[in-house]
Amino acid sequence: MKEEGKHKKAKKYGMVINLDECTGCGACMVACMAENNVPFKEDESNKLDSIAWMRVYKLTNGKPYPEAEICYLPRPCMHCEGEHGHAPCVSVCPATATDYNHETGIVSQIYTRCFGCRYCMVACPYHARYFNWWDPVWPEESTKYLSPNVSPRMRGVVEKCSFCFHRYQLAMDKAYLEGRTVLEEDEYQTSCAQACPAGAITFGDLNNPEHKVHQLAKPDNKHGGRPGNPNVFRLLERLGTNPKVYYMSSREWVRQAGDNYINNEDLAKNYRH
Amino acid sequence: MKIGRRSFLSFVIGGAAGTAITPLPWKLMDDSSIWSQNWPWTPVPPDGEYSQSNSVCTLCPGGCGITVRKVDDRVVKIEGMKGHPVNDGGLCLMGLSGLQLLYGPTRVKTPLKRVGKRGEGKWEKISWDEAISEVAKKLADIRSNGGSHTVGSIVDSENGTVPNLFKRFLTTYGSPNFMTMPSIQDSYAMTLQVMQGVSAQVGFDAENADFILSFGSGIIDGWGSPVRMFKANSAWKANGKKVVQIEPRLSNTAAKSDKWIPINPGTEAALALGLANIIISNSLDSKKISQSTGFDSFKKLVQNEYGTDKVSKITGINSATIVSLAKNFARASKPLAICGKGQGSIPGSLNEFMAVHALNALVGNINKEGGVWAVTDTEYINWPKPEMDSIAENGMQKERIDGAGSEYPHTKSLLNRLAEVINSGDGSLEALFVSGANPLYSMPGSKAIKNAFDNIPFIVSFSSYMDETASNADLILPNHVYLERYEDVTTPAGLSKPIVGLTRPVVKPQFNTKHVGDVVMLIAKALGGGMADAFSWESYEACLKETLGVKWDILVEKGFEFNGDKCVLEGDFNFYPDAMKSLSDFSPVSIEGSAISYPLLLIPYDTIRLANGYIGDPPFAIKTVEDTVLKGKNSCVEINPKTGKELGLTEGRYASLLTPRGKAKVKVHLYEGIMPGIVALPRGLGHTAYDNYLAGKGCNFNELIGSTEDPVSGFDEAWGIRARLTKV
Repeated sequence: MKEEGKHKKAKKYGMVINLDECTGCGACMVACMAENNVPFKEDESNKLDSIAWMRVYKLTNGKPYPEAEICYLPRPCMHCEGEHGHAPCVSVCPATATDYNHETGIVSQIYTRCFGCRYCMVACPYHARYFNWWDPVWPEESTKYLSPNVSPRMRGVVEKCSFCFHRYQLAMDKAYLEGRTVLEEDEYQTSCAQACPAGAITFGDLNNPEHKVHQLAKPDNKHGGRPGNPNVFRLLERLGTNPKVYYMSSREWVRQAGDNYINNEDLAKNYRH
Repeated sequence: MKIGRRSFLSFVIGGAAGTAITPLPWKLMDDSSIWSQNWPWTPVPPDGEYSQSNSVCTLCPGGCGITVRKVDDRVVKIEGMKGHPVNDGGLCLMGLSGLQLLYGPTRVKTPLKRVGKRGEGKWEKISWDEAISEVAKKLADIRSNGGSHTVGSIVDSENGTVPNLFKRFLTTYGSPNFMTMPSIQDSYAMTLQVMQGVSAQVGFDAENADFILSFGSGIIDGWGSPVRMFKANSAWKANGKKVVQIEPRLSNTAAKSDKWIPINPGTEAALALGLANIIISNSLDSKKISQSTGFDSFKKLVQNEYGTDKVSKITGINSATIVSLAKNFARASKPLAICGKGQGSIPGSLNEFMAVHALNALVGNINKEGGVWAVTDTEYINWPKPEMDSIAENGMQKERIDGAGSEYPHTKSLLNRLAEVINSGDGSLEALFVSGANPLYSMPGSKAIKNAFDNIPFIVSFSSYMDETASNADLILPNHVYLERYEDVTTPAGLSKPIVGLTRPVVKPQFNTKHVGDVVMLIAKALGGGMADAFSWESYEACLKETLGVKWDILVEKGFEFNGDKCVLEGDFNFYPDAMKSLSDFSPVSIEGSAISYPLLLIPYDTIRLANGYIGDPPFAIKTVEDTVLKGKNSCVEINPKTGKELGLTEGRYASLLTPRGKAKVKVHLYEGIMPGIVALPRGLGHTAYDNYLAGKGCNFNELIGSTEDPVSGFDEAWGIRARLTKV
């Protein structure tokens, strides 16, 4: 079976988040915490040390009342491909605790290898990585709801979104048992995509033209996965991180908020040429 | 060798330098931290057999279907149930964090009897037998002293078997004081009563509407059945349907709408009538409807009193916007106007509800696809009428303590008036049962409620959690949480298709708790006589099975069943009921406090990330709250930067928020999405009970406001109070 898999086209799991539909309700954040045994403390209002693999940011258009507008932007790990898997975090990790899986396009995080140097946190331009400053503490009976599919992390290691990789493994196990090597689109979905009450998160294989993510984002793999859909953008596109999380918005200011520009920059010339 | 000062110093300094240079201490420190990293305090969740089961979430009246994932006998995840007519796989963050309530530190684990002062937190564990006989003894005493009507109960709603068991209990005991937590459902029910002459709940065929005009309803902030509204909102977006949100603050709903129109708070009714005027004057109204009762008087009212310029002045919205809004609304093929602010926990002004309902009738969308429906569930609770002895008969003749049904004839319960009646000495209660509700926290004017509760000698809470009301009770008889018990779930708020669901135990009870239905029956049996006869069921489960009859098997199998179709109730529409007469001279919803000493207006806001009813935010949910809403121990208030400049308040400054009812220390958040002159405070914070993850964070809006009675309905109408904000 392994041999068979080798000749298959590599998968590239990714997400398209429709910011027009996202309501900022936070269900994705909690779905993620509940799925991945994310710890919590008494005070979580210091967002610098509040671990949230998926975090919903609030964007504003900067205009005064009553022209003000807001938009929510959920931010999981972008699972950057960079060039040939050289994601910013992967290239700096001295312990190979984070690695790029070429079979799925998922950037892993192996807690038992991580020794807490936090280089990856510095390298990640998306603030998607969190450090465990303390040992996690669950109130007495609360350990009962911990899922055996994801190991709780100890103090001193970095953690981040895994695109619910354990769900991929479970789905693949099931498929192998049924004599299949290919997963259906709905067989592997992340916890956040599954829970989103607005249906704003679409998850699937970006390389598979039959998957909805591919159809929405129309990624151009010859040019670092750049989206072909004019309403679709990626965060900090110009850094060349080649992220696998695409955002969709009908509002120009939201799309602009995804990157940094110098004043009076000729966007037509420098961007998407 | 002689040790001198010099050699001693060189020894110490040399030793220190030597120790510092050797890697030994650093190596040891490193090793010990790596070693202690692997100490067994990081749990390793045991593996086991995986299974799934379906149930219904009852954390809010949304009624979402849930699928729980289990490993052996542990529930490890709650997910939305695929194919459920309410939520079809989606789930909100409260539903998702339900396991933290099941296994959480805030559970009451065994019956408790207060031993210290009220609210002191000193409890004695007692057995269920002791607890039940204690309640029964107390109730028997009250009854034999002729005070049966001074016993009351507060439950979350009037629908379903558990509330009806309480009602039956009080009826056979001899008390009319069955009270329920207020919500916009009450106002809508009354609107349907006075304008259509039907006794029904309101339902919205939101999915099929193509122009949604919302008067401050938090469509995606937890209004109605939250996940269903999220889904409707996404469907509107995908199909190019329009949503217009009218409210003074750029809420999430406003931000996601196609147009946000800020309005002076409390003037929504004037806008609705102004829109009605334009629709009638331009002959855009549905022609069929002009035959309705009172149409001519209504037409006269809006034409004489609600001219566009006047409405523009009242509401602060410019005339052109009002005119184009009216035209767009009336020209849409399936327009729908909705009201009830935020999550809908405050009934609000009846004038506003009637004006908005008239607007719907005007465009002909009552009981139409994409419109407003009067919905009645097929009644399945058909218990035999209980035998009532003379004490019960006498007690039921007495007037209700809250004046519902007498002073305000169309109402069934007016919990908002309870505190005032007790505090002014006009009435008293000897005993109070509270189940599925936390009035001490979630009712506006919570300080007055606290005072009133202090005057009730015997309070029994049936709460599963150590909430504010439970911690101020004399006895706690903890109920199972929803994942441990059977219960029927009636049609979720605002659904236009009646449905009944079944919550069922997905895990065995974790603690020494009992189903509240069983406890009510046990108390009745302990009281004996006619009361025992009225509760002849063996257990709550037996009662529920018998009540649901043939539905039981379907519900066990599927989890839900449609309970009758949309109910077409062709009552004649009355455009101008008596209740509307006060609108002939418009005055905005009354707001407490003088504008001179309190120059700002404080309004609450709701967000789906903060629960503000019976359930408090579990740790995961509170973790998602932004640091511009809650920072450390302080709530943040939103003010316009202009207001901030006038008051000398900058981002992140601490300030003192003062209203005629209370005071709180808050943090300032400057926000361009709010009307100048207004302060907005989130609801759902400021708990004093529950666990350390929730208690002591921020301030409770309900402590800063009082209850303001709507002169027509008697419901609480206040959505704000005058306030002052000063630097500290």
